[in-house]
Amino acid sequence: MKLPPYATLGQKIWHYAFLVLCGLIFFFLIAPILTIIPLSFNAENFFTFTPGMLAFDPEAYSLKHYRDFFTNPDWQQALSNSVRIAPVATLLSVALGTLAAIGLSQSHVPFRRAIMAILISPMIVPLIISAAGMYFFYSRIGLQGTYIGVVLAHAALGVPFVIITVTATMVGFDQSLTRASANLGAGPVRTFFKVQMPLILPGVISGGLFAFITSFDEVVVVLFVGSASQKTLPWQMFIGLREQISPTILAVATILVVVSILLLTTVELLRRRSERMRGLTPG
Amino acid sequence: MTDATQGPDATTGVTPDTGLRIAGRAGGAPVLAADGTPLKRSLNRALRREKLRALALVAPLLIFIVVTFLAPIADMLFRSVENEIVSETLPRTVVALDGWDGESVPGEQVFQELAYDLVIAAERKDHTRLGSRLNYEMTGASSLFRKTGRRVDDLGEALGEQFIALDPAWEEPATWVALLASPDWVADRAAWQAERDAAEGEFDTAEPRFVLRDGIDAALPRTADLYAAFARFIQTEDRDSPTGEEPWTILWQALHEDLTKNAAAATGFTGEAGRLLTQAAAAVPTFETTSMRDTFAEIDRDWENPRMWGTIEAFSDPYTAGYFLAAADFQLTPDGIEKQPEDRQIYALLFGRTLFMSLTIMFSCVLLGYPIAFLLANLPMRISNVLLILVLLPFWTSLLVRTSAWKVLLQQQGVINDVLVWSGLISNAGRLALINNQTGTIIAMTHILLPFMILPLYSVMKTIPPAYVRAAKSLGATNFTAFRRVYFPQSVPGIGAGCILVFILSIGYYITPELVGGTTGTFISNRIAYHISNSLNWGLAAALGTILLAVVLLLYWVYDRLVGIDNVSLG
Repeated sequence: MKLPPYATLGQKIWHYAFLVLCGLIFFFLIAPILTIIPLSFNAENFFTFTPGMLAFDPEAYSLKHYRDFFTNPDWQQALSNSVRIAPVATLLSVALGTLAAIGLSQSHVPFRRAIMAILISPMIVPLIISAAGMYFFYSRIGLQGTYIGVVLAHAALGVPFVIITVTATMVGFDQSLTRASANLGAGPVRTFFKVQMPLILPGVISGGLFAFITSFDEVVVVLFVGSASQKTLPWQMFIGLREQISPTILAVATILVVVSILLLTTVELLRRRSERMRGLTPG
Repeated sequence: MTDATQGPDATTGVTPDTGLRIAGRAGGAPVLAADGTPLKRSLNRALRREKLRALALVAPLLIFIVVTFLAPIADMLFRSVENEIVSETLPRTVVALDGWDGESVPGEQVFQELAYDLVIAAERKDHTRLGSRLNYEMTGASSLFRKTGRRVDDLGEALGEQFIALDPAWEEPATWVALLASPDWVADRAAWQAERDAAEGEFDTAEPRFVLRDGIDAALPRTADLYAAFARFIQTEDRDSPTGEEPWTILWQALHEDLTKNAAAATGFTGEAGRLLTQAAAAVPTFETTSMRDTFAEIDRDWENPRMWGTIEAFSDPYTAGYFLAAADFQLTPDGIEKQPEDRQIYALLFGRTLFMSLTIMFSCVLLGYPIAFLLANLPMRISNVLLILVLLPFWTSLLVRTSAWKVLLQQQGVINDVLVWSGLISNAGRLALINNQTGTIIAMTHILLPFMILPLYSVMKTIPPAYVRAAKSLGATNFTAFRRVYFPQSVPGIGAGCILVFILSIGYYITPELVGGTTGTFISNRIAYHISNSLNWGLAAALGTILLAVVLLLYWVYDRLVGIDNVSLG
């Protein structure tokens, strides 16, 4: 993207205009997320910068919205529900998904394409349709409005991400290692945990992170499949945004942004590690 | 990000397959394995075992997905055509309506069947559900059924009084049991009662299920049918015994009908029951009767409206296309399929709006995403990796967080309007309405879906060799021509992939339009949610969902053809 030294004036203007345009688009992408961070420290119940905040007056900033988040029983209930639902759903989709991904990457799997299409389908179908179907079906079998129902629904939504990341890791897995291990006398279970698992672990973890974020951030399905006692953090935010919007939402949003930065970093590190182990240079 | 379907043969080394190929090539004498079996057979066995093992590993997840995900989708598809409520709640009426001409008010026979059906439905409280169901098709049905349901429990009372005047024994539950119940059942019940009395309180076994007397169907078909329904209801719903409950008054009506049609019905009966029946059969022709049709017309004039009957008949099939017709702004009326009245044609508008807004969002994403992807693909890796984080961070941030950010920024008193007023671009009074309308939905969803456009575009652009553009320029093309004739055509697959992805994601969106769309910026998915949780018209919700699903699957098929599902990048 360097401008050649012989560029004409028009080309120079065009070049810099392009860079400014790109800057503006990046601003559009990132600014909304960054704006809410300072707003969440607002001492007033406003959703805009008060004159005091613009003058960097320490009085105009406060942690009161964070205090509200950590003391308000509604938010605490929602947080504890989220923490109770997401890890269990993740565990379920990772356990079943990893097993299936290993099965799918064997050399002879009948109907591989059809099976793959079925396993990926929860990612393809729009959430509102999955939510509607699950609402109808789960109320038939008595799972609607139960903790188990929400966990099962979220586990199903997380499965495609585990399948995709783990099968991708399995592509680089050298199957002769398992044969070597079997040759040396290890049983299939021992081979799995001692040889296969350590090598595909980065893929499993990043698949698990995707499944976790899917469940943790999911609101449509839980809105229909869950009942008030399964109210999760996104659900509470959804209600807050729809009915009486309170600045506590901004504090929660800021906390979630920090969480997603941590997750993003983890996934990126894992991806690089996995590519290094497969002999590819990090891209 | 995955090449899962490419088959991992490259790294699997030797498999039974390889052995089979070698064994097949050998020709002549069969090669033997170490244990003496032909190598081919033993390899085939190993291959089969390997297939089974792979399937066994996949099976738990496959079953899990089928139960937790595919069954619900299938349930939704089924609900979009299912319509058993009319034929289940009014089974007798539906049969009687078969020969109806469809124009006049049905005859007395149909009204009698309706009386029987409605008494049973009203006892079970099913009539209100049926009323609300038919109300989707014809306004007024709900109140009609509600009102009638309150009045049907004394139908047949006048006849009852005449029976009782004949002999007071007709009032006794025992008379009915003696007449209609199977003697075996009476004996079983007596044994059960003795056992219960002996147990004194701690006795949980239910009364033996009521059984009709043999041959009663032929003698008193109507009475038997209704009494069986009565006994079942008393036993299962009230947890009581038909021997102790006064029968529904409609049973007089049934008995009257049976005895009128078949005066010789009493011949098969002996004892006290036979005497009563013979006496009643002789007296029945002199009974004073009222027409059921008039009775119903008196309860509500709507029962004389042929359109109401037409609606009941049109929806009497257990499966209906009615929900799909409603989803396409048509309605199934007694006269066939008709367009909805002008003011109720909302679904074409909603589908159109969903389509229009998804296309707008898609084009905004191309316009904003193309320059960014171009920049990222042409910068040195070191810088582009840093800038890529600016794309990935919104991608990874919670959807609710991004939506709340826009809700806060776009408000009348929000940051964007404040900045515009401060900079003097607009006056304080002229603050822009950026939220709760289409503008809000388009801005917020463009922001949310932009990473899904940038990432596929970027991965395609990275594979375009810079030498082509340089070659074009060295042959005399201007910058613009080189871009238009050489670079752009090579980036088209990326645009296609990104567009389909963004379009598919946006037509099914629910949360963001719900929160920032107000009334004019909502999608078809918001209507689906409304029908599930507010109007409770689940069938229509299922039909709308089915249409949306079909569109999405079609688009995915196109996407798979163009790009391949497996190339979906997760960043």
